[in-house]
Amino acid sequence: MAEQGSIPLIWRRYPQRYRLEGNKCENCGTYFFPPRLVCPNCRRRGSLTKHVFSGKGVVESYTVVHVPPDEMAGQEPYVLALVRLEEGPVVTAVVTDVDPEDVKIGTRVRLAFRRISEQGESGLVCYGYKFAPEKGF
Amino acid sequence: MLVAGIVGYGAYVPRYRIKVEEIARVWNKDPEAIKKGLNLLEKSVPGLDEDSVTIAVEASRNALSRAGISPEKIGAVFVGSESPPYAVKPSATIVAEAIGSVPVMMAADLEFACKAGTQAVLNCIGLVDSGMIDYGLGVGSDTSQGRPGDALEYSASAGGAAFIIGKKDALAEVEEFYSYTTDTPDFWRKEGQEYPRHGARFTGRPAYFKHVLSASKGVMEKGGYSPSDFDYAVFHQPNGKFPLLAAKQLGIPKEKVLPGLLSPVIGNTYSGATLLGLAAVLDRAGPGDLILATSYGSGAGSDAMVIRVTDRIEEKRDKAPKVEEYVSRKKHVTYGEYVKLRRKLKV
Ligand SMILES: [Zn+2]
Repeated sequence: MAEQGSIPLIWRRYPQRYRLEGNKCENCGTYFFPPRLVCPNCRRRGSLTKHVFSGKGVVESYTVVHVPPDEMAGQEPYVLALVRLEEGPVVTAVVTDVDPEDVKIGTRVRLAFRRISEQGESGLVCYGYKFAPEKGF
Repeated sequence: MLVAGIVGYGAYVPRYRIKVEEIARVWNKDPEAIKKGLNLLEKSVPGLDEDSVTIAVEASRNALSRAGISPEKIGAVFVGSESPPYAVKPSATIVAEAIGSVPVMMAADLEFACKAGTQAVLNCIGLVDSGMIDYGLGVGSDTSQGRPGDALEYSASAGGAAFIIGKKDALAEVEEFYSYTTDTPDFWRKEGQEYPRHGARFTGRPAYFKHVLSASKGVMEKGGYSPSDFDYAVFHQPNGKFPLLAAKQLGIPKEKVLPGLLSPVIGNTYSGATLLGLAAVLDRAGPGDLILATSYGSGAGSDAMVIRVTDRIEEKRDKAPKVEEYVSRKKHVTYGEYVKLRRKLKV
């Protein structure tokens, strides 16, 4: 996803952006990404533990972006998709390493680690998750 | 004899390719002369969202899948590259954070032209062998560039490989090593300069061949091996021709070099080259097979390793994509698209 905001904010999200770290409620078995502070189902009875998602998922819906935000200029056209992770949560992310016409609803994808954006020529490079087709990765 | 071995390995090659013909067309050169003279057909090109760090992470994740260990057990991460995204700020910390090995560990970037990858692996071998750490991750990864129109433009490419070193459950044992280093000015790039310079004809005999042959002969003499003992040999591959010439001079037949010779189809992946070749050999080698792997880095030096494959290769091999799968996954680009992908166009 496009990165916005300050360096401390970006940095705090490294675990989720870099390696899909979310959490799981041990009480009801629900997985969360991004991680939640409280399980909405169990409230005080919930018990959240760290979970690193496998990164395997399926495209549930997608759009082809032709007019990107400034920090992703040059990468258009690209596919922005809702990816259903195998553990349950849905993540909005770019599908890379693919021609847009080859992405379909139901396309199986796997986690990819990519440059998401850059804060100008001399600024920080923001890395994070994208997805890539599982077939022919 | 070392006790450290390879417990996991992983490769990564970007999806895009540009053919020698396409580059030659732009510069009015004869593509057949380049294809024949250098044994190069096409080279890999990174996507706009890729760099040496993203390549290192993808290769390291594949290595972790094969190692089957928890990333917190990795006590050292070394990333060898001559194309890091930052001039100041380590790549190794980004890789370590992305695979989940932080924070109780050591990390550093290494730079030695195309030799930094094998050096990263050797550092891990030393630390594991001495008992300082249980597991170490050594990566070689590059997105190298040649000056437009320079001979290097036909070969400088992108890719990487990662090796996890440990003592338990090794899929291959590192039986012997030998490094050979001198100060040789065959290739350089100064701070702030975009493209490297090289000593043209100086790069062959006194540079590549002297170091590759000295290290290869050295490791054989040190460990008591003869050329016929090896089932496979991998040499640094700045083009498709040099490794075959080196093998010939060592008395190693071409057939033993071809399985690990990737430069004709993906170009020279610099710090990734020898390690990717070794990964391609591990993708097909059987238990008991003996491999010679010798890198070369301008400036100059070579690391030679003798590697014996164990029974565990069979159970680990299919746990991550093979080099051949990355090599055959490809989309060709025009020179214009290549210029955009490589950010050679200043806007
Ligand atoms: Zn719950």
